[in-house]
Amino acid sequence: MNFKLIKSAGSYLTIAGMIMAGTIANADDTLRIVSWGGAYQKGQSLGIFQPAAKAMGITVKEDTYGGISDVKLMVKSGADKFDIFSSGAGNCASGGAEGILEKLDYSVIDVSNHLPGMYSEYCAGADIFSVVAGYNTDTYGDNGPKTWADFFDVEKFPGTRAMRNNVGAQLEAALLGDGVPMDQVYEVLDSEEGIERALNKIRTIKPHIAVWWSSGAQHAQLMKDGEVDMTTGWNGRFDVAKEDGAKVAYHWQTGIMDWEGYGIPKGAKNKDLAMKYIAEMMKPEYMAEFAKYITYGPTNGKVYELGLMEDARALQMPSHPENAQHQLTLSTEWYAKWRTIASEMYTEMMTE
Amino acid sequence: MGGAILEKLNEEGLQKVAFKERLTLLGLTLPYLIFVAALIIIPVGWLFYLSFIGRDGGFSFENYERMTKSRAYIRIFITTFKISILTTLICAIIGYPLAYFMSQLSRRWASICMIGVLIPFWTSLLVRTYAWLVLLQKKGLINNIALDIGLISEPIKFVHNTTGTLIGMVHIMLPFLILPLYANMRSIDKDCLKAASSLGATPTRAFWTVFFPLSLPGLTAGLLIVFVLCLGFYVTPAILGGGARNHGSDENFQ
Repeated sequence: MNFKLIKSAGSYLTIAGMIMAGTIANADDTLRIVSWGGAYQKGQSLGIFQPAAKAMGITVKEDTYGGISDVKLMVKSGADKFDIFSSGAGNCASGGAEGILEKLDYSVIDVSNHLPGMYSEYCAGADIFSVVAGYNTDTYGDNGPKTWADFFDVEKFPGTRAMRNNVGAQLEAALLGDGVPMDQVYEVLDSEEGIERALNKIRTIKPHIAVWWSSGAQHAQLMKDGEVDMTTGWNGRFDVAKEDGAKVAYHWQTGIMDWEGYGIPKGAKNKDLAMKYIAEMMKPEYMAEFAKYITYGPTNGKVYELGLMEDARALQMPSHPENAQHQLTLSTEWYAKWRTIASEMYTEMMTE
Repeated sequence: MGGAILEKLNEEGLQKVAFKERLTLLGLTLPYLIFVAALIIIPVGWLFYLSFIGRDGGFSFENYERMTKSRAYIRIFITTFKISILTTLICAIIGYPLAYFMSQLSRRWASICMIGVLIPFWTSLLVRTYAWLVLLQKKGLINNIALDIGLISEPIKFVHNTTGTLIGMVHIMLPFLILPLYANMRSIDKDCLKAASSLGATPTRAFWTVFFPLSLPGLTAGLLIVFVLCLGFYVTPAILGGGARNHGSDENFQ
């Protein structure tokens, strides 16, 4: 009886040992990456994450997350949830300034063909997108808001609005709407008074803001459902919603161009592999494939040089010179310096 | 004389038994105590300790200063309490009569009603919340039907505001109030009410002087559960409340 017990306990231990050995062996070639879900991550997954993982012979597990504050929470609490995250350049820069990110090793990651400024110490640029003012074409027909001044003009364009529940690219829109010329936006924003001026502009339309959105999937849904008549949001999400039958349009004159890239949280367990994986994802063929799913342009100039993208598709990208000329480029330096303060002031404004 | 000795022996025996019983009880609660200590007391204590650590890593009250200075945090606190109190009150107003009604039915009919209360429990919270969004939004089912039959001329704003949050939260919280309340009401002896009537009390008076006080333990338990759950509620206010981050639990994630 006792012998039997010992024997079975022994076999359980063996099995447990095997499982543990298995997970350890497994961990060496498994990476966990998080992004924003919805149409965007679908494009990343099909165009970049999984093909790149296959090429390297590793396993990549995907999940969604809530932005740089999640990274901060994870690093500060010593948890271990993911190895790589996909993030806007500004938030990445502010995370880097707070010391919660690993410096990227550009001797491993090749960015020699990247467009100027499309990578930073903590963030390897992957795609270029724009924040634009999307509007419902049922409500406004062809005469929708063409500029940010129109977005903030509730008399000329009556209707409900939505804005983001987080400061990213909203203050720039407000200042442009207040008549600040494009090249002076970040000069004006470089003080608390300037931030307050932008917030005051948002305050003027606050009664008309029905929803403060938190994710791209959400603002796309708001436009699909006709819940609001116009919203700030990402151009690619609007394009995908439009393909699905949503009555939505936008103009490049409202564009605030920004780029998205990959970063590594401080102390990531699989840092070296993560670095190699990011290097793989920087290849032009993945970026070209990704751009087939959503209208976000490549950061790697080789995509155009090698003719990996059709001309008609290239014209839909925010980074196409034809479109880029109308747009403000988001300043990552400003976010590194002001994000924390501006966020608190923005929350203050929202909850008033 | 002999009686006293026996009594003493008896007392000693009883004490031994009582001690043993206490030990057994302690043994039985030990797993729970370990669970609470490991998963609640230690982490919460750690969090409490962290709240006194400033940006530079030293001891400071700066986090508390920020909390009391920022008007946004204060407003968030107020809104959280306001929404939680309102939800609890509405749950009580809807839940009490329902639980009372169910407690007066025969066991069979009460079980059928109970299924009605419990079925929403089987559906995921997220699904129920989004279902409300589909029903209540500007071009949602309810507004569309009401517009079509000419009941209203402008869509009513049900969601992305306090109304939406309350509708969603009351729907989710209601069973938490009804379950303890119903169990309590079932156990109230109906003969007490009969006795009150036989002494000349009107049904209303019998209810308020006899039944209601006896149902208070269940009501208090239900209200407490609902209120505490409301304070920490994240998903429903985030989806139905319009996203201005004015529920406390939402802000904790930032």
